[in-house]
Amino acid sequence: MTVTGKYIDTVIVGGGQAGLAMSRELSIRGVEHLILERGVAGNAWRTSRWDSLRLLTPNWANGLPGRPYGGPAHHGFMTAAEFANSLETYACLISAPLVENACVHSARGLPNGFELATSGGMITCRTLVAATGGAARPVVPPMAVAVPPHIFQTDPGSYKRPSDLPLGGVLVVGASASGVQISRELRLSGRHVTLAVGNHVRLPRNYRGRDIEWWLDAIGALDESLDDVDDLTRVRRTPSPQLIGGTDPVDLAALKRLGVEITGRLADIQDGRALFSGGLAHLCQAADLKLGRLFDRIDLWAKERILGAALMPSTRPSATPLPILPRLSLDFGSGEIASIVWATGFRPAHTWLRDLPVFDCRGRLVHDGGVVPGAPGLYVLGLPFLRRRRSLQISGAGPDTRDIARHLDTYLRHNAAA
Amino acid sequence: MTMGLLKQNQNGVNVQALLDARNALEAAPEAAQFTWRAQCEWLDGVHSRTSISGFFGLGEEKARPSTHLVETDHPAEFAAPDAAPTPVEVVLSGLAGCLTAGIASVAENRGVKLRSVHARIEADMDLAGILGIDAEVRNGFSAIRVEFDIDADASDDDIAALVTQSQRRSAVFDILTNPTAVHVSVAGQS
Repeated sequence: MTVTGKYIDTVIVGGGQAGLAMSRELSIRGVEHLILERGVAGNAWRTSRWDSLRLLTPNWANGLPGRPYGGPAHHGFMTAAEFANSLETYACLISAPLVENACVHSARGLPNGFELATSGGMITCRTLVAATGGAARPVVPPMAVAVPPHIFQTDPGSYKRPSDLPLGGVLVVGASASGVQISRELRLSGRHVTLAVGNHVRLPRNYRGRDIEWWLDAIGALDESLDDVDDLTRVRRTPSPQLIGGTDPVDLAALKRLGVEITGRLADIQDGRALFSGGLAHLCQAADLKLGRLFDRIDLWAKERILGAALMPSTRPSATPLPILPRLSLDFGSGEIASIVWATGFRPAHTWLRDLPVFDCRGRLVHDGGVVPGAPGLYVLGLPFLRRRRSLQISGAGPDTRDIARHLDTYLRHNAAA
Repeated sequence: MTMGLLKQNQNGVNVQALLDARNALEAAPEAAQFTWRAQCEWLDGVHSRTSISGFFGLGEEKARPSTHLVETDHPAEFAAPDAAPTPVEVVLSGLAGCLTAGIASVAENRGVKLRSVHARIEADMDLAGILGIDAEVRNGFSAIRVEFDIDADASDDDIAALVTQSQRRSAVFDILTNPTAVHVSVAGQS
């Protein structure tokens, strides 16, 4: 790959669903562009996920722009590898100008665009789209350094299967989608699992006979936009729901039934002991209340459309069962656990943009619905609630890239003479 | 705005001032750094008096018009005159006061008129800890229970949400449920 000395209209960094959907939009508009992908299309889905992971959304919800799901299992859940394959097929189908095995090291602002330092040399472009995703990098809290060296530590970006962990009990930190799924399979593999639960989102797979994804779509929740929410920062930080791609429940009640020990948020590690918050009941009550409000909204929507008769009755899950006295500490020297899985969330990997004035004091990329005001011509895709609640889902790639491509196209036209 | 002001203040909480402060402190994070202070004087036996007046906040030392006093003692079962509540009961009053203030503020912000808020709070303790009978028993509470009784113009779910949100933003709830580094020293020694 050698593209030097010439300004390309647009470079897209990242060949996942967002980058490919963006490519399709740009092709439709006749914008000359390249996609730089560090591996092959859908790389992260192939390399940075655990073996058993299936998409959280049913197949019918995972269509890509111009290519709805065409397989036989509309209500099934495809594996991460199957989805990666479908992205490769999609890249061919839309004739995406994909440059594989191209790492982008850094980006520099130029008067008329950007210069990228890549593994294939320098590339200049007039506009730049960061489509490396919102879940590019697992984050582990700084307290992890205080864990004694005999405890094996991993995270959902590296963890593949239960047999990778040394024999013995496991502390799973975090009860969002990754944490509950990994806790479940570790427990089913016969291990003692302690799950430290912080702020979490309880969500059942089905409600009144329909998949929860169908409901969120139907009631318009997924299409809520930036103007529809009060506290965008908080909404963007909402943890992923306690869901699995499949029919098994993975909420705390279900995990408790399997024998997973539930305790509070990991608050600190001191003197070789993990200290857990005593505030577990509060977080469970908050999650139950939020779920109840969602059910109310669904029931009201169904009632207004006189769908009641066609639906199963509203049977709601009971309140999360709480341990009477959840444990408040765990001694790493006791042999009770041999490993820790830090399922403490993912963050975008935007370090390659570090030379551009686009970050706030906390290191977060500042953007307005994907448009980056600190560097005109720079756009970002695939972040939580980028433009709408759907943004982080597969089905969010279409509407988000349509909006961003329109903005980018206009920007190129206005700056054509430059 | 006028409507908002009329609607607010129904519980006597100046929510607008709190929201303004939030916005101001978000822009000036250093002004949000507060240090709370108290001074304690031993009186006699296990009876002490703590006086509370100034604190540091908004970038400067703040003085109060008057000094507040909190006394602590122990009941007859501890061979003391019961001149004041025990320190652990003062801790409970801190939790109850903090959660209740939170409920009033959140209700104000959500336009919920409170008619009454009662909290019953209790905490379990095994004296085998503080008396040194059993090293396995901790000194502090083994559990704390708080039960609220709230009469308000709101549904049961909305009342439950007030209580949940007050915990989410409660300093004392956090202090009691999470570890805090505590350093105790003797003046002039290090």
